[in-house]
Amino acid sequence: MSGFDIAAALVKVLLVFGVTMLTIMLMTLAERRVSAFMQYRLGPNRVGFGGLLQPLADGLKFLLKEDIIPTQANRPIYLLAPVIVMVPALMTMAVIPFGAPLQIGEHLVPLQVADLNIGVLYILALTSVGVYGLVLAGWGSGSKYPLLGGLRASAQLISYELAMGLSIIGVVMLTGGLTFGEIIAYQQETGWNIWKQPLAALIFLIAIFAETNRLPFDLTEAEQELVGGYHTEYSSLKFAMFYLSEYANMITASAFMVSLFFGGWDVPFVDELAMGGWGVALSVLAFVVKVGFFLFLYIWVRWTFPRFRYDQLMRLGWKVLLPLALVNVVLTGFWLVWRAGA
Amino acid sequence: MTATDSKSSNFGVVETEEMVLNMGPQHPSTHGVLRLKIRTDGEIVTHIEPHLGYLHRCFEKHCENLSYEQVIPFTDRCDYLASMANNHIYALGVEQMMGLEVPDRVEYIRIIMVELQRIASHLMGVGTFGLDVGGITPFTYCFRDRERVLDLFEYTCGARLLYNYIWIGGLSHDLPENFVQYANEFLDYFEPKIDEYNRILTYNKIFIERTGDVGVLPADVAISYGCTGPVLRGSGVSWDLRKNEPYSIYDRFEFDTVLGTGEMGTLGDCWDRYFVRIQEMRESIKIVRQALAQLPEGDVFEALPKKVRPPEGSIYFRGESPRGELGYFIVSDGKNVPYRVKMRSPAFCNLSVINEIGAGWMISDIVTILGSLDIVLGEIDR
Repeated sequence: MSGFDIAAALVKVLLVFGVTMLTIMLMTLAERRVSAFMQYRLGPNRVGFGGLLQPLADGLKFLLKEDIIPTQANRPIYLLAPVIVMVPALMTMAVIPFGAPLQIGEHLVPLQVADLNIGVLYILALTSVGVYGLVLAGWGSGSKYPLLGGLRASAQLISYELAMGLSIIGVVMLTGGLTFGEIIAYQQETGWNIWKQPLAALIFLIAIFAETNRLPFDLTEAEQELVGGYHTEYSSLKFAMFYLSEYANMITASAFMVSLFFGGWDVPFVDELAMGGWGVALSVLAFVVKVGFFLFLYIWVRWTFPRFRYDQLMRLGWKVLLPLALVNVVLTGFWLVWRAGA
Repeated sequence: MTATDSKSSNFGVVETEEMVLNMGPQHPSTHGVLRLKIRTDGEIVTHIEPHLGYLHRCFEKHCENLSYEQVIPFTDRCDYLASMANNHIYALGVEQMMGLEVPDRVEYIRIIMVELQRIASHLMGVGTFGLDVGGITPFTYCFRDRERVLDLFEYTCGARLLYNYIWIGGLSHDLPENFVQYANEFLDYFEPKIDEYNRILTYNKIFIERTGDVGVLPADVAISYGCTGPVLRGSGVSWDLRKNEPYSIYDRFEFDTVLGTGEMGTLGDCWDRYFVRIQEMRESIKIVRQALAQLPEGDVFEALPKKVRPPEGSIYFRGESPRGELGYFIVSDGKNVPYRVKMRSPAFCNLSVINEIGAGWMISDIVTILGSLDIVLGEIDR
C-alpha cells in the first residue's frame, strides 16, 4: 500500500465521519423545523441564521446537564449500552459508496472508505449489534419502563431482521455479489433495482423504519406509553448518544436503501465515469439528494402516522412481510432461471 | 400484592410473577395527575386501579364559605377545559332555586358560549387522543382551531381558560361588537376542518387498528357505572340531557344525538367514543349557527339580582357538559352562602369504568382507553 493510498483512506475516513456527524446535527434541526412546518409552528429559529446553530446549543445543554446513574442500575451494563448503540451506528457508513471513483493523477480513488467483499452483510450485522445496546439499556437501567422498552426492542429486532435480510437477497441474487461496488455497477448497466425488485424495496423500506425505531414503529421509545422506553433513565451525554445514534441509523438506512434500490450515486442516462471531475461531483450530488429524500421521508412519516401496537407490529413482521419476502426470493429465482434458459 | 404463577415449558417449570407498574402521577399520557396502579403480566394488563386526589383542592368545602356568586370562579377550575359549561349549569341551578327568569338574549348567548366551549373541549379530547396513540400532528391541528374558539372567548370576556362569564341571573359582559360576524366566520372556517381531522386521523388505517375493537364498553356496563356523555353514547345509548331533559332553551334548536355505530369494530370501542366527539362538534356547530341567527336584542344585565339568597331547600340540577352529566346538588339554609354544594362530575364516573374495560389489554391500549374516556383531573379530584 503506497503512501498515497494511506493518505487517501485517512482523508476519506475523516470526511465520511465528519459529514455524517454534521448531517446528524442538521437532521436534529431538520426534524424540528420540518415537523414545525407540518404543524403550523415555527420551530427553533432563534440560534444562528434560521436556527442553524440550534444543534450546537443543544449539544452544549446536554454537556451541562447532570449525569444521573440510578441506584438500581447495573452500572457496567448501564454505562456500556449507549456506546454499543453509538459506535456501530457510526461505523456502518464506511462501506457505502458516496460517489463515482475519482481520478487523481494515475490513482483511481473509489469514493468509499472500504469496499468490503461482504458489504451488505457488514451493515446488517452492525445494525443488529446496535439493537443489543437498546436491550441492554433497558435491562441495565433497573427500572420498569426501560425494561419493557428493552423487551419490545428484542421482539422487534427478530420480527424485522428476517424480512429485511430476505428482501435484500433478491437484490443479491440479481447482482451475484455482496459488495456495494458490484451492486451499483449492476444498476448502472441495467437500471435501478427499484424497477426490478419493487416488492423487495417496499419490504425493505418498511423494515428500515422498524430497524431504526422510528414512528410508526417506535415502540421501544413509545413516549406516550413507556415515557421514553429504553432511555427513560438516561440523562446528559449518555442520552445524547442514544439521540444521535437514532439519526446516524437513519442516515445509514437511507444510504443503504439508496444504494440497494436507487442506484447509489448513479444518475440515469449519464455516464459519470466519462465526465471526469464533473461526473464525480454530479454523482456525489445525486447521492446526497437521494439520501436527503429518504431522510425527509423519515420525518414526514413520523409526523403523520400514529404508532402500531407491539403485537400488531409482530403480526405485520411475521405474517405479512416475511411471507412476502420469501415469495419475492422465489419469484426472483424463477426469473433468473428463466432468463438463463432464454 | 403480586400473584405468582408457574408455567411449564420444554425447559421445565418457569415461575412467573406479575409486575406492578406505577403509571403516573407523572406520566405523559395520564391527562394530568392521575395515578394508575397497573398489574401486568408481561405487556398484558391484568388489573388497573386508579388513585385519585393529586389535584384535590377542597372545592366543595370552599363553597360553604363563599357567597353564591363567588362560587362561580371555583366552578371554572373544576373542569378547566369546559369552564363555560360549569358556570352555566351551576348558575341555572341557583336561578331555579331562586325562581329567577333571565332575558332571552342571555339564554341565547349562554347557549352560544357553551356550545363553542363544547367544540373547544372536544378538540382537546380528540387531539390528545390522537397523541395517545402516537399521532402528534393531529394534536397541533386541533390546538390551532381551539385557539380560534379561545380567541372568541377572550374577545367576549377577556379570559381564555377560566371565564367567570355566566353569572347568576345574567352574564359578566354583553357580546362585543361584531361578535356574531366573527363567530360565523369561525364556524365557516371550522366546519371543513373536521374533514381534515378525519383524513389525518379518523380513517387512518393504523389509527383504526389501534382503536377499533379496543376497550369495548357494553351499554349495560356503561349504565351500571354511571357513564354519561360521549362515553355512554359511544356505546349506543341515546342519552343526552340537552335532548332527553331539555334545560335552558335547548328545546328551541334542531340537532341530533350522535351515537356510536360500531363502524370500525364493535359497538362501544375506543373508535366509537372518539368518533362521537368528532360528530358532536358538527352538531354544536349547528346549534351555534341557529342561536346566532335567532339572537334577540335586549339588556343582559337587567335580571342580575341585587343579592343572591335562595330560599331554604335543596336542588339537584344537571346538564350536559362536554364530558357528560354534570350536576350540582345545592343545599340552601336561606343565607347568602350555600350550606352545602356537591358536584356530580361526569369524568369521575367515566374513569371508574377503566378496570372493567381495560383489564386484559396491553399497556399501549390502556393509554388509548384512558384517552378515549377524555377525563379532566380538575373535575375528578375537585
